[in-house]
Amino acid sequence: MATLNVLVLVCFLYVTFLFAIAFGADRAARRGRGTWLRSPVVYTLSLSIYCTAWTFYGAVGFAARSGLEFVTIYLGPTLVMIGWWWTLRKMVRVGRSQRITSVADLISSRYGKSNLLAVFVTVLAVIGTTPYIALQLQSVTLSFATFAANEPTGTELPSQQSIALWVALGLAVFTILFGTRNLDANERHHGVVMAIALEAVVKLFALLAVGVFVVWGLAGGIGETLARIDASPIAAWEVSGSRWVGLTMLSAAAFLCLPRMFQVMVVENEDEGHLRTASWAFPAYLMLMSLFVLPIAAVGLDVLPEGANPDLFVLTLPLQEGRDGLAILSFIGGFSSATSMVIVAAIALSTMVSNHVVMPVWLWITGGSAVMSGDLRNVALLARRISIAGIVLLGYLYFHMSGGGTALAEIGLVSFAGVAQFLPALMGGLFWRAANHTGALAGLATGFAVWMYCLFLPSFGPSSALPQAVLDHGLFGLHWLRPQALFGTEGMDPLVHAVMWSMSLNTIVFVTVSIISFPRPVERLQGAQFVNVFEHSGNTAGWTGGLAQSEDLLIMSQRIIGAPQAQALFATAATRQGLAGYLPEPSPDFLQELERELSGSVGAATAHAMISQIVGGATVSVEDLMAVADETAQIMEYSSRLEAKTEEQERTARQLREANQKLTQLSVQKDAFLSQISHELRTPMTSIRAFSEILRDTRGLKAAEKSKYAAIIHDETVRLTRLLDDLLDLSVLENGQVVLNSQTGHLDALLDRAIAASGLDKRTFRIERDRLAEDVMLTTDLDRLAQVFINLISNARKYCDSASPVLKIAPKRQNDRLLIDFIDNGSGIPTDHQSMIFEKFSRIGETKAGGAGLGLAICREIMARLGGDISYLPGQSGAAFRVTLPQSPDTAGSTASA
Amino acid sequence: MGRRVLLIEDEPNIIEAVSFILSRDGWDVKTHSNGHDAIDAVRARRPDLVILDVMLPGKSGFDILHEIRSDSELSGMPVLMLTARGQVKDRELAEQSGVNRFMTKPFSNADVLEVVRSMVAS
Repeated sequence: MATLNVLVLVCFLYVTFLFAIAFGADRAARRGRGTWLRSPVVYTLSLSIYCTAWTFYGAVGFAARSGLEFVTIYLGPTLVMIGWWWTLRKMVRVGRSQRITSVADLISSRYGKSNLLAVFVTVLAVIGTTPYIALQLQSVTLSFATFAANEPTGTELPSQQSIALWVALGLAVFTILFGTRNLDANERHHGVVMAIALEAVVKLFALLAVGVFVVWGLAGGIGETLARIDASPIAAWEVSGSRWVGLTMLSAAAFLCLPRMFQVMVVENEDEGHLRTASWAFPAYLMLMSLFVLPIAAVGLDVLPEGANPDLFVLTLPLQEGRDGLAILSFIGGFSSATSMVIVAAIALSTMVSNHVVMPVWLWITGGSAVMSGDLRNVALLARRISIAGIVLLGYLYFHMSGGGTALAEIGLVSFAGVAQFLPALMGGLFWRAANHTGALAGLATGFAVWMYCLFLPSFGPSSALPQAVLDHGLFGLHWLRPQALFGTEGMDPLVHAVMWSMSLNTIVFVTVSIISFPRPVERLQGAQFVNVFEHSGNTAGWTGGLAQSEDLLIMSQRIIGAPQAQALFATAATRQGLAGYLPEPSPDFLQELERELSGSVGAATAHAMISQIVGGATVSVEDLMAVADETAQIMEYSSRLEAKTEEQERTARQLREANQKLTQLSVQKDAFLSQISHELRTPMTSIRAFSEILRDTRGLKAAEKSKYAAIIHDETVRLTRLLDDLLDLSVLENGQVVLNSQTGHLDALLDRAIAASGLDKRTFRIERDRLAEDVMLTTDLDRLAQVFINLISNARKYCDSASPVLKIAPKRQNDRLLIDFIDNGSGIPTDHQSMIFEKFSRIGETKAGGAGLGLAICREIMARLGGDISYLPGQSGAAFRVTLPQSPDTAGSTASA
Repeated sequence: MGRRVLLIEDEPNIIEAVSFILSRDGWDVKTHSNGHDAIDAVRARRPDLVILDVMLPGKSGFDILHEIRSDSELSGMPVLMLTARGQVKDRELAEQSGVNRFMTKPFSNADVLEVVRSMVAS
């Protein structure tokens, strides 16, 4: 009883210790500390959950019953680790880049995010794993019972069932505590992984200790041990080739497909580089685990009484020899193996069950209304906790129902064969782009059906799950459908038979259906993402962790929401976490808050992608990219709209500026114009006033003086009137209110009229004309055109400074235009004035010739109205003006040449 | 007391009118009708008073006034400015340039006579 009490106490202390380790590791991880949590050694040790109680106890039993065959269980994973290292790397990379949470998630994600496939895989995984969990419970109860049986007094002991129940409850509590602390996007459980790593060390140490005791303590050295092995029935066992190959392949497949292995290998992976270490360290661990299996089996068979359960040799040998301490250590080793497997399997399965079964159903029931509210997280956590309890309970029920009679190794192999069905879909998904959803579903269904029929159901024993008739004569009496001799393959080992048929049919159906059916676009996209994962994703850096990450996050956030706001947000979070300084720990809560904050600026998908890029070291998934692209498109559309608006505003502003400039210019021009008008009006008025005052006030004026002054007054009023007429004329022309009176006439007649009206004295001023060229019919406002001619002739009269002035009038036709040049023989207009002469109130030369300087301005306006032009011709002998008129072909053609 | 006036003006009718008025009052009126060499005429004639138009061909009245004020021998010369540009800013500009009196056209003959008399008397 003392030993049993010690055992219970040690067990209790051990479990407490595990809780403490898990708690400490979790805390350290959340604080961003403890880089030791992320070492490749911990990763490698966590992989050792492959070695469950089955390996710890069952391998010896396996060896005792089937000789060296047990080696295949270690050989499969070793081959995968060494030879298929790159496959694992690909799986890890895909898992990272797609944020995969489980093997079901991987398969569903690869085949177009099909939830049907996810549910299918989940259900199969649960079915495949439940016996395995039962097996662990069974091993713990068996080992406890062994201790109890060894007690000298038959004290009252708890029944096996109640032990199993207590163990199951304890495991459920542990798993819920440390497996669902948070809904970390990466699904990493540092506390659990640390506890598992520790258990890996314990079980290895325990097994090695028993081995050393057996070899050197019992057998008496290596030589003696070898001799005993040779003498034992183990040496006599025939090695079946097919079974060897089959079992090795099976364990290799299971190593890749087991949900719990996927959990530690891919989901809990911190750094792809850890695989490098694990590729040699894990095979080494397996080798150490298998080192003393044969000696223990051989010595056990030799030393222990006939009929002793070989599955418990590891425990019974020390007990038999009275080594209670060693026996307790051995028990703890087995206990560790069993518990670590159950914990990880429960976490892995609960993730699948809650993500792919419970959550979709719950969302369907609530109509998706909860997606927007915050309680989704709580629902997910609750779903996961219930799932864990459910899975462990299922294992217990299986154990309860099966009665714990079956050999450990057999349950393990059946389970292996079940999950191995994932392999074709898994590997096809990683390496074959044409693999599709329909193919995967068909293959999986086929494989599982065969596995169920040929292996799982028969494993319950004759007449329990399958009627004996079916076993003997096949389903529906069809002979070729016998579960252990499908298609007439008789005489095969049932396990090899089931594995061969299930796997090959699974693969054939998967490949065939994939080829003949078409993938959906999402599948194609995901297929490319998975198969070419190394091209699509950069090498994922290690989890830098802690404040360094926060710094990166701050830098990124500053770019998005601006420095002051980002710093304030981080500082507030740091204060809330009770930290000095401005950087908070990158806790899930804070990350969520940050993501929400950033979503406001860049959109939810982008924010998520950006944060996980930094925190998860994860690369961005296709969906993320697509979501980002959507958002970007929206933002671009929005910004282009803004841009258009801005452009429009700029254009308006420019127009306004131009209008304003024009108005200012106009205002200046108006001022100048008024000032000019004032001057032009005041000048004649000055003369009028002065002379009228003289006439009024001066007595004794001579008659000649009187008439002269009256004439001046008269001339100045005429000048004033003309000025006002010109102003009004110009105003009408400029406003475009002028009414043109189109007539047809001869150019020479028009020129005659103009010369006569200009008051030119033909005796002193000669005019050179070209009568021939003047014989042109014109259709235009002849009066207006005459006005222009009069103005030009008058100007020549006033300003030509030649001693014998000559004005040459030269019309000529050019294309469809009529050009009439007026060139005098004076000194012309200085170059610097040429550009100004058509402006209002500009005068040529220094002398005033009675004009107000409006003549040429009026000419310009008239010609513009007539559709022609007037310009100064530089470089002529004197002042030269060119009048241009549009000339329609018919009128041009009427030119008669005499 | 001198009675010599130099009228710098380009409008023939105004020249005639002002000359007539001042001559009748006993002034010796000389005239000059462009801006270019107006300062030379002032230097040559050394009148007791200059009557200056603003809008002159070649050079503005303001420029001529500036030349007069810049010449040490002529700086004290009384200048009456007559302009048809009756804007306020012209008057200000004229006063800044150192004009003695400023009158806008059209003017009353009596006013001109009175101003000329007062300017030379003082």
